[in-house]
Amino acid sequence: MADPALRLSPEVADEEPAAPAAPTAAGRFAEPLAYLRRWLKLQRATVRAILVGTVSLAVSLLVWHLLTKYRVSFHVRFVNVPSPTAVFESFTRVLHDPRFFMHVALSCRRVLFGFVAAALVAVPLGLVMGRFRLFREAVFPVCEVLRPVPAIAWVPMSIMLWPSNEESIVFITFLGSFFPILINTLHGMASVDEVLVRASQCLGARGAAVFREVYLPSSLPHIFTGLTVGMGVAWVSLIAAEMISGQFGIGYFTWEAYSLVQYADIALGMICIGVLGLLSSALIRALGRVMMPWGRS
Amino acid sequence: MSMTHMSTAAAAPHNGRIEVTDFGLSYDSMAGKIDAVVEASIHVEPGEFISIVGPSGCGKSTLLNAVAGFLKPTRGRVAIDDEDVDGPSADRGMVFQQYSLFPWKSVRENVEFGLKMRGIDRYTRQRAARTLLGLAGILAFENHYPDQLSGGMKQRVGIVRALATGPKVLLLDEPFGALDAQTRIIMQQILTNMWQRLKISVLFVTHDIDEAIFLSDRVYCMTASPGRIKAEIAIPLDRPRRPEMMMSSEFLALRRGLMSLIREESLKAIGGELSHAALQGLDIELHGQSLADVI
Repeated sequence: MADPALRLSPEVADEEPAAPAAPTAAGRFAEPLAYLRRWLKLQRATVRAILVGTVSLAVSLLVWHLLTKYRVSFHVRFVNVPSPTAVFESFTRVLHDPRFFMHVALSCRRVLFGFVAAALVAVPLGLVMGRFRLFREAVFPVCEVLRPVPAIAWVPMSIMLWPSNEESIVFITFLGSFFPILINTLHGMASVDEVLVRASQCLGARGAAVFREVYLPSSLPHIFTGLTVGMGVAWVSLIAAEMISGQFGIGYFTWEAYSLVQYADIALGMICIGVLGLLSSALIRALGRVMMPWGRS
Repeated sequence: MSMTHMSTAAAAPHNGRIEVTDFGLSYDSMAGKIDAVVEASIHVEPGEFISIVGPSGCGKSTLLNAVAGFLKPTRGRVAIDDEDVDGPSADRGMVFQQYSLFPWKSVRENVEFGLKMRGIDRYTRQRAARTLLGLAGILAFENHYPDQLSGGMKQRVGIVRALATGPKVLLLDEPFGALDAQTRIIMQQILTNMWQRLKISVLFVTHDIDEAIFLSDRVYCMTASPGRIKAEIAIPLDRPRRPEMMMSSEFLALRRGLMSLIREESLKAIGGELSHAALQGLDIELHGQSLADVI
């Protein structure tokens, strides 16, 4: 890493981040190799993180492989645990199985419905609660009593409440993501800088304009934190609900694999759930970056 | 660019008289009623640059916030052009001690904000904002977000934003307190330039005596617990003022006088005495007290 050649381009140290003008590009493209070196130097932290991450994942796979290959049984039993290769075979098999994709699509749809409904209710509710104190004082205690009840504990009640299984599972997902979104929206409203409110009033903003121009954008970072957390909890709740009362969905797929003694499919289902959760969180974060261009990563 | 937008900002130079009469503000606490400010009377004539100096906690920001309309006086009257102040308004532009630019708006959008609230169309307000940013020498940064600016730059945008709606008075609450000495001097000159150009009434709150003298036509001096106006000093220095003037004997004499007045409260507490010599030859008006009372 400590290659002395990296220090050959002297402009690197003289970079003025505040200068609005772009640095002279002409000399830079004359030497593509120097350009590449400079880019690598500036991105060193990122490049290293990617390398370390890749190695770490590879080591985890290797450990998994060794544990299952030698059927380690040291109180924790890896005797029946599928090996990475078995799971990969299972994966190539389900690629040709439309039922698997149906499970995945159904789970995605349930999360989408539950999560979007939660966002559509919790964000406006949080904003209104943050703005009107009496309303907050009236609603907040109810929320605080319901909040500690895990979404999974709602399963029996939900089955009683809703006419169809599908609706009750979406409801569980809704409940799971509802409270993180609400709490974070409230927190966003509570942490609005009073000076910004005053500044807007000095510039002629009143009532709704103060809300739209100050409270809302100021709360957005917290709202997006809530949405990211809410998306994570939505998946947790969904999988639990599917395992208990589902007939379809990736959670049901995982549980069914256990019942049918298809151990490779259990791990496949788990990995699939992890990847879906990761992708949906990344989606929310990307949306946040688009909606809040002023925030620097 | 056309100057029509500047004329909105510079409209009616003969307006903007601030009058605070027998102002008092107290609040309830478990220990009973606590007076933050008592019997404060100040006035700012149209186009005048007035400072209030005093130690921290003397109530100078309280007084300014009452003029801005954020605090209601419990006694007395706060009026702009003979009209009682009732809540904040775009008539009174304000620059805050903390950086108060909207972080989610670009520099230009921040400056446009007041005009947007007035319902002025996007094109007109963009042009007006660009004109003002050009005058302040920060047009190159119009598309930057506040987080990308230095402290001095942020306050410059803050001043431009407060002036964009053409307020009658400009209120500043220790706007340069967080800046380094060099930047502060530059900002003081920028502010004086803009004030002379726009002929707007300015009420400036600071704890920095040099700053108050350098900028002002008159300086009010406040003391703490309870906050009251102790004295009013005219600053007869020529304009335009240049940083070198801060070394002149005239300036230093004013500085000594003000220092003595401000230090006096703490001196009194430890049994010290006010220097008569420092106050001699100065145009000092002691509000409601004789010099003997003060000492």
